[in-house]
Amino acid sequence: MTENEDHDHTHDDHGDHAHDDHGHGHADDASDATAVDGGIASHGTGIDTDTATTAPTSSSAVRTTDLRERVQLVGVALVGLLAAAMIGFIALDWLRRYPGAEAFGPLETFYTTTGIDPAAGYLFEQFLIAGAWFDYFLGTELFQYAFMWRNLATGVLIGVVAPLVGTYLVHRQMALIGETLAHTAFAGVAVGLLFIAVTGWEGALLYIALLVSVIGALGVQWLTERTNSFGDVPIAIMLTGSFAVGTLLISWGRGFMSIGIEIEEFLFGSLSVVSASGSRLMAMLTVGVVAVVAVTYKQLLFITFDEQAARVARLNVSAYNTLLIVMTAVVVVGAMQVLGVILVAGMLVIPVAAASQIARSFRETLYLSILFGQLSILGGYTFALSQSLPSGGSIIVVAIAIYLLAIAVSDRTGGTISVH
Amino acid sequence: MKSVVDVHDVSFAYGDSPALEDVSLTVEKGDFLGLVGPNGSGKTTLLHVMLGLLEPDTGTVELFGQPVDSFDEGERIGYVSQKATDRGGTMPVTVRECVLMGRFAHVGHGRIGDEDRLITEDALETVGIADLADQQMNQLSGGQRQRAYIARALASEADLLALDEPTVGVDAESRDEFYRLLDSLNRSGITIILIEHDIGVVTDRAGRIACINTELYHHGDTESFVESNALSEAYGKTGEVVHHHH
Repeated sequence: MTENEDHDHTHDDHGDHAHDDHGHGHADDASDATAVDGGIASHGTGIDTDTATTAPTSSSAVRTTDLRERVQLVGVALVGLLAAAMIGFIALDWLRRYPGAEAFGPLETFYTTTGIDPAAGYLFEQFLIAGAWFDYFLGTELFQYAFMWRNLATGVLIGVVAPLVGTYLVHRQMALIGETLAHTAFAGVAVGLLFIAVTGWEGALLYIALLVSVIGALGVQWLTERTNSFGDVPIAIMLTGSFAVGTLLISWGRGFMSIGIEIEEFLFGSLSVVSASGSRLMAMLTVGVVAVVAVTYKQLLFITFDEQAARVARLNVSAYNTLLIVMTAVVVVGAMQVLGVILVAGMLVIPVAAASQIARSFRETLYLSILFGQLSILGGYTFALSQSLPSGGSIIVVAIAIYLLAIAVSDRTGGTISVH
Repeated sequence: MKSVVDVHDVSFAYGDSPALEDVSLTVEKGDFLGLVGPNGSGKTTLLHVMLGLLEPDTGTVELFGQPVDSFDEGERIGYVSQKATDRGGTMPVTVRECVLMGRFAHVGHGRIGDEDRLITEDALETVGIADLADQQMNQLSGGQRQRAYIARALASEADLLALDEPTVGVDAESRDEFYRLLDSLNRSGITIILIEHDIGVVTDRAGRIACINTELYHHGDTESFVESNALSEAYGKTGEVVHHHH
């Protein structure tokens, strides 16, 4: 948390500095930096340009920094509310009485004893009615359908957890891990398809993909810990290897059984691929991942920033590494539904890269990553739906547009990231 | 009184090439130990073994009287590594965030409280970079950055400060200031282990010297080190002495 107000800015005459000269001076640097910060805030948020440029005193710089932080907090709170609403929708979808529930004894007993289904069913209807109003005002024919809401909900949740986990991955220089785990998940989908063809239990697909992906994650971790000197070689092996296994399994399976699910949908992502159980999985893993990051935020930051010092401070670095990589695997499987295997890593990396361009602290990087991630999702959906194009590609293209914008902004303000 | 670090008969090899052979030395509370030796002499290896980052092939290491592999009071050690951090150059982390990390070992999975923030501000004040608190680490000069890491160690209320060539690439003036800071920290009771390639600096500052080149050539107070020929013996094997006069 930045707390500029804690400091006495006695140098009032530094407010007009447009650039940080990265000098080695001691006392003056702080007030220079504050002035620069004010300038960045004005460009970054696009809201407080006037205060920053017309009142170049250090106290106004403090105010703008404050405002910048407040804007971010409001943004994150909005994303949080949106995500909570979407989790609420998924919960209602789950709790309402499914057609054919009476066929399952326990489920029917649950409904009749708790009486939860009429309420959930009613609220669920309200969502769809609200959707119908959206459609009416927007001239669309989308939001009145439950599948569309499931889709949107899954997307919104991806926009929260992918950049959240990605912030640590990117700064640990593990960006390609996401891509690797997506390919492992693809092998998992292949295994799942075979499993479904044999057992007929369709809901199992993503859970099997999840299991295989987590096993793959532990495998990558094991390989990188043992072959340190080769850097990203184990990752490349794992990436191609699991994809190879996946394609072999699918071709082999198609030889003697009928597989009803189009594999292309998992490769490129599709709006029709999100099932009720898929969105439920996404909701559960979102709650889990957010809770884990909330508890281990500090430890993950420490090992990301200075692994050796974290080791000396007796943090269990290897356990936290494993935790991070398993969380990545979990997020990747959830996000794969909308983004597709090939593009899923983009959501882990691009919003974080954009945020790192203009963020001034780690906490800010985290906030901005989530904001940019959510903007990419919503923008991508809008684009995909309006142009009838695939969601995955649209989301990534919007994310890259935000990234380029962030570069432009950080260039214009003299760059907060100095290149050494 | 328990010693801070107790290294006993430690040997360590990278594959077939030995880095340390039968090294034994003890660091007492309040020591300012300079660890010197030619390049590739095993200084950093010895420091890593002391801190438990590397496990010795043979021999034992104790930290604050506990075997190093079961030592769990990580907050008692402040560590400033050679290239202070891998990510400090690219990751947007403020000086205050970095120093606050010193509190992480104390709070565990709990929340950072007001007291932690106060201690952080105090640490920033002590090393003289309170005015840089909201700067990013990657905007600092080399000397300022090392101060931030010292502040992190202070924030964790470390009893032992281990530094691996902290002033590489730092200009002479900032370096002198930096060593004055170490002096005053040492006087306030913090034990310091310092790896330094500049023999002059070490003999000026450190109360005790350990001179190694795979084996321990000297361990004792600075005067006896200057008078002995441990230096030329140790350096005679591989390299030349870096010695600036002050």
